[in-house]
Amino acid sequence: MACGAGNCQSGCFRDDDDSVVTEKKKLTNRTLSSGSDIDLPNHHNLCLKCKVNETLASSGTVSVDGDIGRFCFDCFRGNLFGKFKLAVTSNAMISPTDNVLVAFSGGPSSRVALQFVHEMQHKAQKNFDASRDRSLPVFGVGVAFVDESAVSRIPSDEFDKAIQDMKSIVSNLAPPDKAFHVVPIESVYSSNGRDRLEELLNAVKDVTGKEDLLQHLRMLSLQKNAYENGYTKLLLGSCTSRIACHVISATVKGQGYSLPADIQYVDARWEIPVVLPLRDCLAQELNMLCRLDGLKTMEVLNSPHSGINGLVASFVTLLQEENPSRECTIVRTAGKLTPFHFNQIPESDDSNVHLASRRRQKKFNLKPNESVPPESYCPICNSPLSKSDHINLSSLGSDQTNADIFGATCCPSCQFQILPKEPVSMEHFYSLLPQQFVVQAKDRSFSMQRQLREQIQDFLLSDSEDGT
Amino acid sequence: MGEAEVKPKKAGPVQCSICSQRRAALKRPKTLEQICRECFYAVFEEEIHRVVVDNQLFKPGERIAIGASGGKDSTVLAYVLSELNRRHNYGLDLFLLSVDEGITGYRDDSLETVKRNEIQYGLPLKVVSYKDLYGWTMDEIVKMIGLKNNCTFCGVFRRQALDRGAAMLKVDKLATGHNADDIAETVLLNILRGDIARLSRCTSIITGEDGPIPRCKPFKYTYEKEIVMYAYFKRLDYFSTECIYSPNAYRGFAREFIKDLERIRPRAILDIIRSGEKFRISTSAKMPEQGTCERCGYISSQKWCKACVLLEGLNRGLPKLGIGRTRGLNNGLECDTKQSNGVKNIQSKQCGTLDF
Repeated sequence: MACGAGNCQSGCFRDDDDSVVTEKKKLTNRTLSSGSDIDLPNHHNLCLKCKVNETLASSGTVSVDGDIGRFCFDCFRGNLFGKFKLAVTSNAMISPTDNVLVAFSGGPSSRVALQFVHEMQHKAQKNFDASRDRSLPVFGVGVAFVDESAVSRIPSDEFDKAIQDMKSIVSNLAPPDKAFHVVPIESVYSSNGRDRLEELLNAVKDVTGKEDLLQHLRMLSLQKNAYENGYTKLLLGSCTSRIACHVISATVKGQGYSLPADIQYVDARWEIPVVLPLRDCLAQELNMLCRLDGLKTMEVLNSPHSGINGLVASFVTLLQEENPSRECTIVRTAGKLTPFHFNQIPESDDSNVHLASRRRQKKFNLKPNESVPPESYCPICNSPLSKSDHINLSSLGSDQTNADIFGATCCPSCQFQILPKEPVSMEHFYSLLPQQFVVQAKDRSFSMQRQLREQIQDFLLSDSEDGT
Repeated sequence: MGEAEVKPKKAGPVQCSICSQRRAALKRPKTLEQICRECFYAVFEEEIHRVVVDNQLFKPGERIAIGASGGKDSTVLAYVLSELNRRHNYGLDLFLLSVDEGITGYRDDSLETVKRNEIQYGLPLKVVSYKDLYGWTMDEIVKMIGLKNNCTFCGVFRRQALDRGAAMLKVDKLATGHNADDIAETVLLNILRGDIARLSRCTSIITGEDGPIPRCKPFKYTYEKEIVMYAYFKRLDYFSTECIYSPNAYRGFAREFIKDLERIRPRAILDIIRSGEKFRISTSAKMPEQGTCERCGYISSQKWCKACVLLEGLNRGLPKLGIGRTRGLNNGLECDTKQSNGVKNIQSKQCGTLDF
């Protein structure tokens, strides 16, 4: 019983720009695709912005529809860098005293992120060298690559070559020098990592669950590396396209409550806050930039998605082909969901933080009840739990094992797709988990038990749990 | 239920996993359980009963109109509601309410189905027609405006038609057959199209409580496949064809995706609905004020209700009146007053097409 009628004027938040921009694009595309048949007046071949250089489309470099073709290379690159810089400054992502770890996968998005961060750092270094009082220090940059060879089957010679290429890329991005860390994903374990990791992943039957668990472990290993090496920020190259896919797949997995937490510029839930400066750039643009600017990428290390994530990726690709502004619209819509208090860099009293950058930081307009921190987070995926997903510790019997209690503290999505169903398998799975997951869960359940106890403290006749 | 695990093929008949007495006759689309027909009817009906009770959809003594198109959703809804009404003593007076949009070769056929339902289920039927209410059939409208924006007209007119029919029947609520697949599609659609206002409302099981007739969706958590299965096994009489004027609606993308999704993880449909329910959207201060239409008295936030605006356009040979973005109150009507002074020509004022 689907009628599909959606044309109304009830004052809804219709994307005002959508149809207008699409109309403009259609007009431009018709003009561009007509090619040499039509005698185009000169201004159609000139960059939309500077009106001096040839557009990428007319120089034959780019045959793609949309905005990319209407700029010249310099303006195209400038536009992307501009978006990057704006994201960094208005969200106070990088302060002069920071030590930033850039997560580099070898793919185009993180390659561009690395490049742009380097250019920012390079400029800061030049300013520092040129300044007389040397008041503003230059932030540090390191690069980390998560080595997943323990779980994926890449030929070792290909792998070694890729690592060599990365090392040379990083060493060429100097001055200033940057450390390059190869982080084995099994480093989440303190010992016997490869075997335990393999066993852990084999214990997860659901294809999507396995992929998502691997993603959480990836973040865990980056966080561990950042912490151990004294970094203060973790920078990811997540672009609009990836975030659009995450919006849809999180919706599909029932994570509507926690979805806003993952898609903002800043995610300060973590020990080392995570920042996403390429949030406003499309994958298509970043791919194009790497191609045109000769930025080397290593695609062999990125395996395609399967299960639900794969289905969502092809769906979003299809939608994007049908309408090039679709990814933006998806992210913009999801951006209207209320974010969490940790989605901005916490204000620090550190007087070293430059006043100007603090002033420039956008503040969320969170209403009082919205800015109350969530009481708990899922120990596996770290997503904030809504009150209804909050575990009822009281509903657990006194003879519940640690594994059962752990399972109860997880979010519904992880419970369904990651945790094994049978109690025996669950015990086994629990024993295989990296220490970090377990510790977080124990802390949460302890604090919740303490909260409950505080409420009834006055009525307890004995100090011990079982009333003796 | 996990994703596509490779299960060894079982030899011989399988017992129903619920009653363990009868032979399993089907795999339940929602949970993939292998169960017998009787248990399927039982869980299907019981789940709907739970939805009705847990969400307090009805009160004893209420008169309820069931929006009946003759399609599978509304037929099954009529059947199940009257059955549950009897079994659990809801104490409801049930009616069938049908809308005749005047589409030959489609609506006249499905109306025959509804008339048969009236007899089969013993529920009084009321039919309201666009011709009687507005003086136009959809056939005539499409002849005039073509196949673009025709769904706008039909949708706006149907909403009012249902409300007026409900008022004529003096019912307290209207129940529609929107199922879980529909609502999941709508959630996705609203994300894709940036409609945050609709996104915040579309998962509500009861809507329009502050309007003329509240509406509810008892099938909110019921899978479309299960409705079809129920109708098939019970040999219920329904009409299944798409409207002949339906364009390649954007909803088709979402529908295809959800079909693929259901194949690898059936519970994803419910998960989408749950996500929609959990979205936190800050209620903006800018809410449209509710008044009444000056022309017909129907509820409206503008001077004239949308149906009156569209009708005005039809009657005056101005098909674009009311279509496109609002520029101030009552798009088109203000231009209209100017036109009488010979200042502007409306036909040249393209407010933009709405082809999704």
